[in-house]
Amino acid sequence: MFVTLLTQAIRFSAVFLYGSTGETIIEKSGHLNLGIPGIMCFGAVGGCLGANMAYNAGMGNFLTIIFAIIFAMLFGGAMGLLYGWFTISLRCNQNVTGLTITTFGAGVFGFWVTSMGEKGIKFYKASRAFTASMFGAVGDDWFSTIFLSHGTLVYLAIVIAIIVAIVLKKTRTGLSLTAVGENPAAADAAGIKVIKYKYVACVLGAAIAGIGGAFYLLDCTRGSLEPGVIEGMGWLAVALVIFSLWRPGIGIFGSFIFGLLYILPNYINGVGFAEKEILKIIPYAVTALVLIVISFFNKRETQPPAALGLSYFREDR
Amino acid sequence: MTKVHEPLFHLSKNTNANAKRKWALRGIFFVVSFFVCAILSVILTGKGMDYFFKYFFEGLFGTERNVWNLFHETAILLLIALAVTPCFKMRFWNIGGEGQVLMGCLGCAVAIHFMGGKVSDAGTIIVSIILSIAFATVWAVIPALFKAKWNTNETLLTLMMNYIAVCLVNFFIKSVATSGTGILTFNTGVVQPILGNEFILKIIVVTVLTTLMAIYLKFSKHGYEIAVVGESPNTAKYVGINSKVVIVRTLVLCGVLCGIAGFLLISATHHSINDTSVGGRGFVGVLISWLGQFNPVFMAVMSFLVVFIERGANALANGGVSLGESYPSIMTGVFFFFIIAVEFFVNYKFVFREDIQAKLDNFYGKVKLAFSKKAKSGQDAVQAPSNEGVESTEEIQETEDKQNIEQQEQIVQENEQKQSEEITKEEE
Amino acid sequence: MKAIELVGITKTFGSIHANQDVNLDVEQGEILSLLGENGSGKTTLMNMLAGIYFPDAGHIFVDGKEVVIKSPIDAFKHKIGMVHQHFKLVDLFTAADNIILGEKMPKFSIKEKAGDYKMQAANEISALGDNLDEKAKKKAISKINNNKNLKICALPFVKFGKMVAFNHLSRGRAKKIQAIADQYGFDIDLKKKVYEMSVSEKQTVEIIKVLYRGADYLILDEPTAVLTPQEIEKLFAVMRKMRENGKSIIIITHKLNEVMEISDRVAVLRKGKFIGAVKTSETSEKELTEMMVGEKVDLNIERKEPLGNNPRLVVEGLTVKNKDGGHAVEDVTFTVNGGEILGIAGISGNGQKELLEGIAGLQPVESGTIIFHNPKENKPVTFFHNDLKQIKHKAEMGMFHYPDGTKVDLKGKSNKEITRLVNEEQILYYENEIIDLNKKTPREIQELGIKLSFVPEDRLNMGLVGNMSIIDNMMLRSYRKGKSIFVNRKRPKALADKIIEDLGVVTPSDMTPVRRLSGGNVQKVLVGREISSSPKVLMSAYPVRGLDVNSSYLIYNLLNEQKERNTAVVFVGEDLDVLLALSDRILVLCGGKVSAIVDARKATKEQLGLLMTKMPEEVERYDYAPLNLEEKEEAGELVEQQVQETTPEQSNEVAEVADVAEVAKEENTND
Repeated sequence: MFVTLLTQAIRFSAVFLYGSTGETIIEKSGHLNLGIPGIMCFGAVGGCLGANMAYNAGMGNFLTIIFAIIFAMLFGGAMGLLYGWFTISLRCNQNVTGLTITTFGAGVFGFWVTSMGEKGIKFYKASRAFTASMFGAVGDDWFSTIFLSHGTLVYLAIVIAIIVAIVLKKTRTGLSLTAVGENPAAADAAGIKVIKYKYVACVLGAAIAGIGGAFYLLDCTRGSLEPGVIEGMGWLAVALVIFSLWRPGIGIFGSFIFGLLYILPNYINGVGFAEKEILKIIPYAVTALVLIVISFFNKRETQPPAALGLSYFREDR
Repeated sequence: MTKVHEPLFHLSKNTNANAKRKWALRGIFFVVSFFVCAILSVILTGKGMDYFFKYFFEGLFGTERNVWNLFHETAILLLIALAVTPCFKMRFWNIGGEGQVLMGCLGCAVAIHFMGGKVSDAGTIIVSIILSIAFATVWAVIPALFKAKWNTNETLLTLMMNYIAVCLVNFFIKSVATSGTGILTFNTGVVQPILGNEFILKIIVVTVLTTLMAIYLKFSKHGYEIAVVGESPNTAKYVGINSKVVIVRTLVLCGVLCGIAGFLLISATHHSINDTSVGGRGFVGVLISWLGQFNPVFMAVMSFLVVFIERGANALANGGVSLGESYPSIMTGVFFFFIIAVEFFVNYKFVFREDIQAKLDNFYGKVKLAFSKKAKSGQDAVQAPSNEGVESTEEIQETEDKQNIEQQEQIVQENEQKQSEEITKEEE
Repeated sequence: MKAIELVGITKTFGSIHANQDVNLDVEQGEILSLLGENGSGKTTLMNMLAGIYFPDAGHIFVDGKEVVIKSPIDAFKHKIGMVHQHFKLVDLFTAADNIILGEKMPKFSIKEKAGDYKMQAANEISALGDNLDEKAKKKAISKINNNKNLKICALPFVKFGKMVAFNHLSRGRAKKIQAIADQYGFDIDLKKKVYEMSVSEKQTVEIIKVLYRGADYLILDEPTAVLTPQEIEKLFAVMRKMRENGKSIIIITHKLNEVMEISDRVAVLRKGKFIGAVKTSETSEKELTEMMVGEKVDLNIERKEPLGNNPRLVVEGLTVKNKDGGHAVEDVTFTVNGGEILGIAGISGNGQKELLEGIAGLQPVESGTIIFHNPKENKPVTFFHNDLKQIKHKAEMGMFHYPDGTKVDLKGKSNKEITRLVNEEQILYYENEIIDLNKKTPREIQELGIKLSFVPEDRLNMGLVGNMSIIDNMMLRSYRKGKSIFVNRKRPKALADKIIEDLGVVTPSDMTPVRRLSGGNVQKVLVGREISSSPKVLMSAYPVRGLDVNSSYLIYNLLNEQKERNTAVVFVGEDLDVLLALSDRILVLCGGKVSAIVDARKATKEQLGLLMTKMPEEVERYDYAPLNLEEKEEAGELVEQQVQETTPEQSNEVAEVADVAEVAKEENTND
C-alpha cells in the first residue's frame, strides 16, 4: 500500500518535473510562459501520434519511445516557437500570449480526444512500451518497486532536470541565459546574442514541457484519454517552478512532493471526499506561501528573474 | 566610410498612426481570423463553406433564444473583463479573475445552500449578494495587500489563488452534496426570470455597470489616480498619491465586481455550482480587457466578437458533424492570436534604410503609374469583378503610402528631437 | 606611433552637432584627460570609439591602421575597452561571473589538435636518435604512438567539455583574473556578488572586465564621480601602473585637480569642437578652465534687482543619501529669498537632483532642517516697534495689511500718521508662518497650503504623464480639490487653453497626449502648470535642457516674471553663461557640498568653473549684506530658537531682533 503510493508518486512527479524544467528554462530567459498547460496538451497529442505511428509500424519499444519523444518535442517546440515569435519579435504581452496558447492548446487537445471517438483507453498497446520498466524484470522488494520499476521517461525526466540544473549552474551557457533573464542590457553589452538566447530557451523549454504531456498520457494513464487533466497538471508545473525557486535540482524533490500530494487522496481510506479536496489545495497554497515568503525576505538569489515579463529591445542607435 | 552598420530596416514605435488606420487594420485582422476559422472548419468537417456559414450563423441568430444567449454571454464575459480592467490600468497584473469570480460563486452557493427554502427568497438573494461580494473581495484583496506591503509578484500569486479557489469550491460541494457528481444544484432561493426572460436582468445589470465603470475610469478622481499610478509611478509620488492605498482600493473594487459576476452566474444563470462554473471566463476576461485597451466600450465590442466566434463555433461543433465541446476553444485561440498580433502592426512600423526606402518609393511610384495607365485603358471596357478588387486594394495602398510618408516625416522630426535630448543626457 | 587617432570625427543627432570635426590622438602608454563642460560631446566621442555610436564622418586609426568599429565586439577586437559611467553588470552574479560573461571560447578543432599531436609524436620519434638498439627503439616508438592515440581518442571528450564550457570558474580562469587584479593592485573578492558591492568595487569589476577582455586602450567615463578621495587615490595608483605596462588610458573628468594629478596630456572639447591639447606639465588650472568655458557670451537676459531679502526657504545642514548609501547632498545650508533667482551651478550628478527632491519631500532626508516661511498664512502679530524706517521697509515688502487683508501702501503718509496706524492696530503686520518641511510627504506639503512648485529634470518620468492629454496633466496638482468624487475638467481645460495660448505651445489640440509634443512644448506645459498656482517657491531643474533658443528665452522670461511676483526661484542650470546672466546669486555645488554662494553680478565663468571642480578652502557665502557677520549670526541663531520654541511672545521678540539685523544689513549695503 505504502509502496504503491510512493511508486505512483514518483511516476506522477515526472509530469510536473518535465513541465517545470521546461518552464524554468523559459523563465530564466525572462519570459513568463503561462502557455505551459497548452504546450503540454500539444506535446501529449504529438507524443501519442508518434508512439502510435511507431507501434503500428511494428517498431520495438525503444523506437516507439524515441518517436514519441521526438513528436512530443516537435509539437511542444512549435508552440514554444509561436510563443517566442509573439513575445520576442512581436513584443506582445507575455501573459496574454501565454493564456491564449493555453486556451488554444487545451482546445486542440480536447478536439483531438473527441475526434478519436469515445473516451477511454485508446493507446493501451502503444503505452506498454512506456510503462514497461526500464531495467527489465526487477524484483518485487520495496526498493525495486519504488525506484526501479518505472518506465524510461521517468528516469529521463530526472536526467533532463539534472542536466538543466548543471547547465544553468555550472556552464557558460547557463550563465549567459541567466544574464539574459536578469539584465538583458548588460548581457547585450557583454556580446551575448540576447534574442537568440531567448528564442532557444522558449523553444527548448516548450519542447521539454511537451514530453511531460506525452508522458502523462502514455504512462500515467496507460494510454487512456481524459481532457482537462493535463491542463490542471500544467498549472501545477508552473507552480512548481516557483516552489523550486527556479532551480531544477530542487524541482526534482519538489516534483516528488507535488506528485505525492496529487495522488495521495486516492490512497487514503476513511477520509471523506471533501477532506481530499483540502489535500489538493496544499501544492498551490504552499507555492503561494513560498512566493510571499521570498518577497518578504527579499533575498536576491531567491527572487524571480529580474527581467521576467519585460520585453527587451535594444534602443535604436 | 559607408554606413555598413545600418540594417535594411528597423522597427520604430508608431506613435502618430491615425485612429482610422488602426481600426482598419484591426478590422482586416478580424475578418482574416474569421476566414481562417472558416477554412479550418471546412477542413475539419470535410464539408463546404456553405455548411460552415449555415451552422455558424444559425447557431448565432437562428432562434430568438440564440440571439438572447449571444448577448447574455457577452454580458457575463464583459462583466468579468470589467472587473479586472482597473487593475490592469494600474499595471497590476491580476490574472486571478477566474478565482475571484469562483469565490463569488462559492459565496453565493453557501448562502443559497444554507438559507434557500428556510427564509424568503428575497432574503436569501440579499444575503447571497453580500456573501458573493465578501468572498470575492477577500480573494482579490489578499494579493493586493502583499503587493503593497512586500511587492510580492502578483501575477504568480493570483494564478495560484485561482486553483486554491477551485479546490475550495470542490471542498464545499463535496462536503454538503450527497451525490458524488461534483455538482450542487439549487431549486430555491435563486433569482427568477423577470419579464418572463431569464437573460434580460443580467444584460441590464452589465450595461449599467459598464456605463458606471466607463464613468469611473474616465471621470472620477479614483480613476484618474489609477491612471497616474499605472502610467507613471514617479509622477504619482511627485503629486503625492499613495500608490499602496490605490492598489488596495482598486482590488476591492475588482473583488466587488467579481462577486457580482459570481452571484449572477450562480443565482441567476446556472442555479447550480461546480468547479467549472466560471468556465475559463476569468482568463478570457483578462485577454479582453487587455485587447480592448482598458476601454469599456472597446471591451464590449471585443467580448461580443469573442462570444460571436465561440458560440458560432459551438453551434457548428454540435451541428451535422460532431466536433466536440473543445472546438470553440480552438477557434477563440486562433481569433486571439490574430488580435494579439495586430497590436504589433498597430504600434510598430518598419522604417527602412534611406536607400531602401527610396527604392520602395520608386517601386510604388511605378506601380501607381502602371495602374493609372491600366485604369485609363480599361475605362471603356467592362471591368471584371476581380479587377475591381485589385483597384480597391491599390487605392488603399496609395492612401496608406501618403499617410506613411506623413507619419515618417513626423517621426523623423520626433526622432531628431529625441536624439537631441538623448545626446544632452549622454553628455552628463 | 600613435596608439589611437581620431581624424575629423563628426556626429550629429538631428540638428545638433554632438561632435564636429574632432581630431584627437592618444600616444602609446599615456594618460589623456578629456576635459569639457556638460554637453561638450566627450561621452559621445568616446562612445564612437567603444562601438556604441557610429560616426557620420571621419576616420579612426588604431596602431596606425584604419579601423571600422560598429559594435562593442569590434571595439574589443581592436583592444579598446570602455568603462561606462553607468555600470553594465548583472547584480545577481559574482564578480568573476560578470567578468567572464559573454567571453567567446576559442574554437577547438579536433582535426588541428590531432594534427598537432601527430606532429609532436613524429618529432619525438625523430628525436630518439640512433644510439638505441632496435628493440628499445621499437618500444619507445610504440609508447609514443600509444600516448598519441590515447590523446587523440580523448579529444572528442575534451571538445565536449569545452563546448559545454563547464569550467567557467575553473582554477585557470580564476587565476587569470586574479593575476590581472594582482598585477595592477586591485583589491577584489571574485566570489562577492555585485549587489553586495560598493560603487568602487563595482567599478573595479568593470575595469578588470575590460582588462580581461584584453583591452590595451582604456576609456574611463567619469570614474571618479562616485568615489571617495581614498578610493580615487587607489584608482590613480592603478592607472599609473597600467601606464607603466604600456596601456593607454583616456579619462573623462571634470575635476581639474585630478586632471593635473593624473594625466600626461589634456584634450579639451567645447560645444562639440576640439579646442586643443596641451601637456599637463606645461599648463595650469586657470588656462584649462579658460579653454573649457571659453569667452563670455552676452545673452541679453533682462535682470532686475531682487526685491529684498525676506527669507522664503531656509535650508540648514541638509544631508540626503543616494541610492548606494553615500551622501548625495551633504550639510548644505542656504537661504532663498522671495523675489530673487538663486542659481545652482555644478557638474551634473553633484547632488542637484537630490537637493531639490529632498526639499520637495520626494527623497528621505537624513538630517537637517528645511524651513519654509509661508507669507500667505495670515497670522496677525501686533507690531509694536516704533522704528519708522523698519515699518516703512516692511511695508515696501508688502508685509503690512489692513485687517481685511488688503496691502498697505504707506507712500505719501506722514510719519505721525504711520505711527498712529500701527499703534492703534489699524494696520497689521503679518509675520511669516514657519513650517518645517522635513519628513513631510508631497501631499502633506500641499495640504498645508504651501505653494511649492517643482519642475523636475526628467519631465516625462516625473512631473507629467506622457500618455495623458494636456488637460489631464493640468489637473495633476489640483484634481483633489473639492468633495465631489468626480474630477472637474472645466478649470484644467481653461488652464490648458490659457497656457497653450500664452506660452505658444504647438499642439494639435488640448486633448493631445503630452508624449507627442516636442521637448520644448512639453516643458512649456510643465512650467506653465507649475507657475499657474502662483507659487511662493519655484524650483526648476535644468528647465531649458533640450530646448531651442526661443523656448529657452521664454522660460527665462517666465522665471523673471516669477521673481517680480516676489517668488523665491531656484534655478538649476548647466550653462554658466545663462546662470550668470539670469541669477541674482549662485550657489555652487561640488561633490554634494556647497563650495560657494556668490554674487552673480560679479562672478566670472572661470571662478564658477573652478568652484565646480574643486572645493575651496574657505567657503564664501554671499548674501545681500555680507558685512557685519556677528549680528547676522546672532539673528540666525535666534531664528533657530524661534523654530524650536514657537510661543507667540518669543516669536515677536525674535521678529524684532531679526528686523534689527536686517536693518543693519540694509544700512551696510547702502553704504
